Amino acid sequence: MELNQAPKRNASARQEGQGLLQEARTLIKENIREYGMYIALFVILLTFSILTDGLFMSSRNISNLLDATGYIAVLAVGMTLVIVIRQIDLSVGFAAGFLGAIAAIMLTQVGVPVYITIPVILVLGMGLGLINGVLVAKIGIPSFVATLAGMLVFRGALLQMTEKTGTIIVSDERFNAIGNGFIPDLFEVNGLHILSLILGLLCIVLYVLSEMANRRNKIKYQFEVISGPIFALKLIFISAIIGYITWILAGYNGFSWTVVIMLLVVLIYHFLTTKTVLGRHIYAVGSNPEAAHLSGINVKKITYIVFGSMGMLSALSGILFTARLQSATTTAGTLFELDAIAAAYVGGVSSAGGVGKVTGAIIGAIVMASLTSGMNLLGVGVSYQYMIRGGVLAAAVIFDVMTRKKRA
Amino acid sequence: MGETILEMKRISKEFIGVKALSDVNFKVKKGEIHCLVGENGAGKSTLMKVLSGVYPHGTYEGEIVFEGQTQRFRTIKDSVNAGIVIIYQELALFPDLSVYENIFAGNEVKRGKLVDWNQTIVKSKEMLRKVKLDVNPETLVKDLGVGKQQLVEIAKALSKDVKLLILDEPTAALNEDDSENLLQLLRELKDQGITCIMISHKLKEVISIADSATVLRDGRTICTLDAAKGEITENAIIKHMVGRELSDIYPKRASSSFGERVLELVDWSAYDSRLGRHVAKDVRLQVRKGEIVGIAGLMGSGRTELALSLFGNPKEYRLQGEMRLEGKAVKFSHTSDAIRSGMAYVTEDRKGNGLFLAQDIKSNITAAHLRAISSKGLINHNEEVKQALEYKQSMVIKAPSVEQLVGKLSGGNQQKVSIGKWLFTEPKLLILDEPTRGIDVGAKFEIYSIMNELIARGMSIIMISSELGEVLGMSDRIYVMAGGKIKGELPADQANQENIMQLATQ
Repeated sequence: MELNQAPKRNASARQEGQGLLQEARTLIKENIREYGMYIALFVILLTFSILTDGLFMSSRNISNLLDATGYIAVLAVGMTLVIVIRQIDLSVGFAAGFLGAIAAIMLTQVGVPVYITIPVILVLGMGLGLINGVLVAKIGIPSFVATLAGMLVFRGALLQMTEKTGTIIVSDERFNAIGNGFIPDLFEVNGLHILSLILGLLCIVLYVLSEMANRRNKIKYQFEVISGPIFALKLIFISAIIGYITWILAGYNGFSWTVVIMLLVVLIYHFLTTKTVLGRHIYAVGSNPEAAHLSGINVKKITYIVFGSMGMLSALSGILFTARLQSATTTAGTLFELDAIAAAYVGGVSSAGGVGKVTGAIIGAIVMASLTSGMNLLGVGVSYQYMIRGGVLAAAVIFDVMTRKKRA
Repeated sequence: MGETILEMKRISKEFIGVKALSDVNFKVKKGEIHCLVGENGAGKSTLMKVLSGVYPHGTYEGEIVFEGQTQRFRTIKDSVNAGIVIIYQELALFPDLSVYENIFAGNEVKRGKLVDWNQTIVKSKEMLRKVKLDVNPETLVKDLGVGKQQLVEIAKALSKDVKLLILDEPTAALNEDDSENLLQLLRELKDQGITCIMISHKLKEVISIADSATVLRDGRTICTLDAAKGEITENAIIKHMVGRELSDIYPKRASSSFGERVLELVDWSAYDSRLGRHVAKDVRLQVRKGEIVGIAGLMGSGRTELALSLFGNPKEYRLQGEMRLEGKAVKFSHTSDAIRSGMAYVTEDRKGNGLFLAQDIKSNITAAHLRAISSKGLINHNEEVKQALEYKQSMVIKAPSVEQLVGKLSGGNQQKVSIGKWLFTEPKLLILDEPTRGIDVGAKFEIYSIMNELIARGMSIIMISSELGEVLGMSDRIYVMAGGKIKGELPADQANQENIMQLATQ
């Protein structure tokens, strides 16, 4: 997976006779805001790793951590786009809970097979998101209020669904595998998950090939590119990270379905936001809605699409969570929306609109989940955990605001 | 009468790099109605802001003597305490509060530490009687028409024991009846001993009401005319307003021959339901291929509104009449339709609704025409950079790279990006709204040259501008707008500053 885009370059950085170190330093300086997040994640991982004598980076813990991040990470991806267009969606948590409950009922009480249930739930989620979109874009209700109303309604609906039975246990194994299961293996060698290793290797190869094609293309257009050694260094660095994560996961059952889904969502949304006209329109609407309208962009349509996608991701989140618990509970979805918003902000989205990346959102979600997991391992009390996570959220946004000011 | 109530001596005020006022002298006699006239940007509003303490003492040079005492206003409150109240064009009322709450906002009637609402209502009734406004003081201000709101503003001023009342274009948004009412009220206030300074663009009004009139031009006092001596005439005022020489800053272009009609408007009207009035009414206008058509007029004359009503109508006015593009009647339901039909609109407010300041040059340039650099919804980033580089070069946008954020460029370069964005759509008809506002002379010349080049390539341009020199220097034909209507059409060789100003101030 391509986590960071080709960094922006400055003409002065590539003048002849400049040292590699100099170039690297300029690159980091210019992209400090983007890299800051990765550096922060690295520091957090390293700190917990040392404090727990390596237990934190154990295969089992990392695997659990990523699985526990999944249902928030997909929400954070959608939330990033919602915040990019200067809106907010508070209804996603209970929408996820409510839709998860419907999925559970369809599977257990109605007897609908999994492969029908999942698409139906996703479409239903999209529909609920569209309602928010219409309320905001067409009727003109502030998104904070419209989705707050949605949050209350969905919470009520969730209670209604689970009132009679209480927790709905889901026994469908294929469904539950989404939250707990791992991708199948071809054969196992020394406790290593071979298919995962192959997939990881494939990721690295695809990443290297796409970066190289990109670079070739740029050279064909006679654009300036970063120097060869730095480019190689970057390829090796990113490949090593992918390789390391794969190695860790392969040591404990391999990739879980949750991780695969999470990666797919990020990949698709990353592609949508950076490579397509639709993505460009979303950021244009966020930067300046009036200018976007005058540029022939249908601002209402973009709002529908972003809220629709948010609804669909809420449904996905609900499916992931229900499958993970193997049941739908009366409190499913509580505070998901705030976790997702926090992840998006840690990931560098700006409430002024038009700025923020989906890759940032997933890093933000992992940062927040790492904090929880690490502090749990260390036995830090829940009261302190909340305070520390709050502090990290504030620090991330302060860092963001400061670097933005400096660059402006 | 005869005694001087206010004297402003040698007032100079500079904004970063721009001299807004230089050595302005301004004298007002007690109990008169004194009109302040001048083109847009002549310095009228700045002068009044100096007087009312919006620009505090120390940020300008010169001296203000009010009622025989030198005044150093640090805040608006200081000037209000001295008895000077200014009423702005955009009324400063709270629409969701009642009339009486508005009249005493910031000047509450108190008993002890608490507001005495009963007394407030009693007193506000008295103020309303003074301005002859017959409404229940508990009415919400938003439920009143603009004319009545204006009267509430005056009542509010009266509640502060005003000695000198300043009105900035009070009738700009009013219909004729309301305007006449207001002028009548001002005459009555004058009889009660209140001195009044009125900024106005409507010369007929000035002639009917003013005891004296001071003309400002380019931040300087040109003269003060006296009604008693019969000096206040339309011709005299216009002559003093525009008496500036046209400098040779407009690039010449090869003699022009025009092709067929590109745009034609027949009885085109646009009604703004939020304002409750027509922003454009019965407009007849045509633009031919290869022509620069200037639309002159003062601020608020409906030029921008007209342009928006043509360009896909983003403000959702109620439209009437017919619009023909290259002979075919068209109706646009969205700006994207207008763009697809070959129209482009460069906004007057590039930061507000023109550019994406937080994005780089290349995404700004391609924003309105992504189809050109994409296929099947996928953007070709390299093609985008290539195209953007071409525009950066051909328009001489000064920036280190096309990845520079637009928010960090200078005004002139931002304007070039703004124009480049629309040239990228390859329009047939380009509407430029105040294309050179707030940019330096060098960049202006570059933009004029670009315009000439576009015309030579067969594009048509509508240029909306408040700068008379620019309109005269660049246009082949000029329409003059006032109050949403086309007041006249002048071929370039017959137009001059005087006859344009005459039409614009009708």
